[in-house]
Amino acid sequence: MSNIKNAFASGKAFIPFITCGDPDLDTTYEAVLKMAENGADLIELGIPFSDPTAEGPVIQGANIRALAGGVTTDKVFDLVRKIRKTVTIPLVFMTYANVVFSYGADRFISTCKEIGIDGLIIPDIPYEEKEEFTPYCEKYDVDLVSMIAPTSEDRIAMIAKEAKGFIYLVSSMGVTGMRTSFSDELGHIVEKIKEATDVPVAIGFGISGPEQAKNMAKIADGAIVGSAIIKILAEYGKEAPDKIGEFVKSMKNAVREA
Amino acid sequence: METEGRFGIHGGQYIPETLMNAVNELTAAYEHYKNDPEFNRELQELFNEYANRPSRLYYAKKMTEDLGGAKIYLKREDLNHTGAHKINNVLGQALLAKKMGKTRLIAETGAGQHGVATATAAALMGMECVVFMGEEDTKRQALNVYRMRLLGAEVIPVKTGTATLKDAVSEAMREWTNRVSDTHYCLGSVMGPHPFPTIVRDFQAVISKEIKEQILEKEGRLPDVVMACVGGGSNAIGTFYHFIEDKDVQLIGCEAAGRGIDTFETAATVNTGRVGIFHGMKSYFCQDEYGQIAPVYSISAGLDYPGVGPEHAYLYDIGRASYVPVTDDEAVNAFEYLSKTEGIIPAIESSHAVAHAIKIAPTMDKDKIIVITVSGRGDKDCAAIARYRGEDIHE
Repeated sequence: MSNIKNAFASGKAFIPFITCGDPDLDTTYEAVLKMAENGADLIELGIPFSDPTAEGPVIQGANIRALAGGVTTDKVFDLVRKIRKTVTIPLVFMTYANVVFSYGADRFISTCKEIGIDGLIIPDIPYEEKEEFTPYCEKYDVDLVSMIAPTSEDRIAMIAKEAKGFIYLVSSMGVTGMRTSFSDELGHIVEKIKEATDVPVAIGFGISGPEQAKNMAKIADGAIVGSAIIKILAEYGKEAPDKIGEFVKSMKNAVREA
Repeated sequence: METEGRFGIHGGQYIPETLMNAVNELTAAYEHYKNDPEFNRELQELFNEYANRPSRLYYAKKMTEDLGGAKIYLKREDLNHTGAHKINNVLGQALLAKKMGKTRLIAETGAGQHGVATATAAALMGMECVVFMGEEDTKRQALNVYRMRLLGAEVIPVKTGTATLKDAVSEAMREWTNRVSDTHYCLGSVMGPHPFPTIVRDFQAVISKEIKEQILEKEGRLPDVVMACVGGGSNAIGTFYHFIEDKDVQLIGCEAAGRGIDTFETAATVNTGRVGIFHGMKSYFCQDEYGQIAPVYSISAGLDYPGVGPEHAYLYDIGRASYVPVTDDEAVNAFEYLSKTEGIIPAIESSHAVAHAIKIAPTMDKDKIIVITVSGRGDKDCAAIARYRGEDIHE
């Protein structure tokens, strides 16, 4: 079992996401340190992909900026090595299947283990295709995070039973990005998950402010926020890490109240 | 692990969880209706009465004599309603979607032919229609944008990435995750997650079924070569399908090499790509060393795609079909050649196949037979080809 359980050990978890290399890797490094200092329980590090089909316009933009700046998988690995000198909370990669596949699944996942990555979130690997990577995930003790969506219905128990690390519950239909309404089935879905597994559940997609984060953390074990952080980066660039720190603090406080 | 919808190592269902129940529902519906006599009767009637099937297998006598080698037949998919093979798949999928209770079709389009076909079927069947098209392609194919709107469809220009076919596919997939309950994603090629590569192939297989019957009637034997252009590969798989078991029939797919396979401005996936996972499938993709999908290029908007259908990847792996690169220049020459020689203006996509036939026919004996699928008509391309030749004309 990986380090991920620690993120949920002391109450509701707040999980921020950042695309590595947007606008540059030094800014990502500073931002990750600020996130950790300000109460993030687990951080999702996005390895950019040219065609991120599960992302809305905000995170698509971050992927394009990062790649235009010359970020590669190897450079992201180096970034993690540097982050791991001070940051001890669980870290997971969020990327697309082809980034892992083209690097070589064994080589990619063994490197994850070596540099201190605890899990992988790959939105284009559903339950049916997880064997593509799980043999290597088991070999190197890196969790492949399962996703459950409002449309999962009769698939929930099947997915939950084999889930590792934590379960990423998609809040609503569509792609990532801020929104005002969420599936009203979420509470019911979490119940069904809990019947099948003890693995913690965090809700993501569309959560942008403290109130929403608090509401989601009431239903589940944690809240995940991506696009709202990318917007801070897009607005403040290299000055963003301090702002992100403040934002994470406010979100963590809200989640604590849940 | 062998998962569903595999062609050797290729294919599969690499899609977000949000879409899994939608594709499972589609698989179940297709498994049911593909053997349903009433569904097949309705589809056959649409093919014959609406789409103008069977399409002709035309002996290109002048071209044959001019090239002085193998006998050349043209499978005239350009004579279908809406001017391309795309209508075969669309009528099948729209009928299936209707049976499933869907009221809205979404589609991606490159050259616009699939978008036009989808808009047409939606109009016919009283369904709502939204087509995603790369902004670059809306400029290259402005006439088709007008046609889709005329047919009642909404056309959404996609500005992300290279603003071409791959980005239109990504955007259509995003829209589908947003709204699956009433919406069917009418995918236009033999690509994407299972069951699309199989469904689209089955609806396009009518091309080779007819070729076989027609050539047996005209020549009393099977052809030596059947060939077609390959982007995602739907007209090619339709052309190959009923010949796959006939080992003496050579299958040739003609890829868009753009400015050449030794340049970065190419879309020849099998020739220059490697195995990857993208747009729901494992197959060959043009990509960099880190798996970032490459910005591809071809004069033809319909072939300007960085991947190829998984069944083609498999046919290549087992050596059953070969895939050859054809450059922009060669395709444009073939576009003009067929127009002048036979009075048939082929789509620039189809011209890639014609170009390869021009190369190989003279090297073959006169008793050999080549069948080329002319996947679409070239009216849509006239302004772009004129510009390629330095003539500035307006549509």
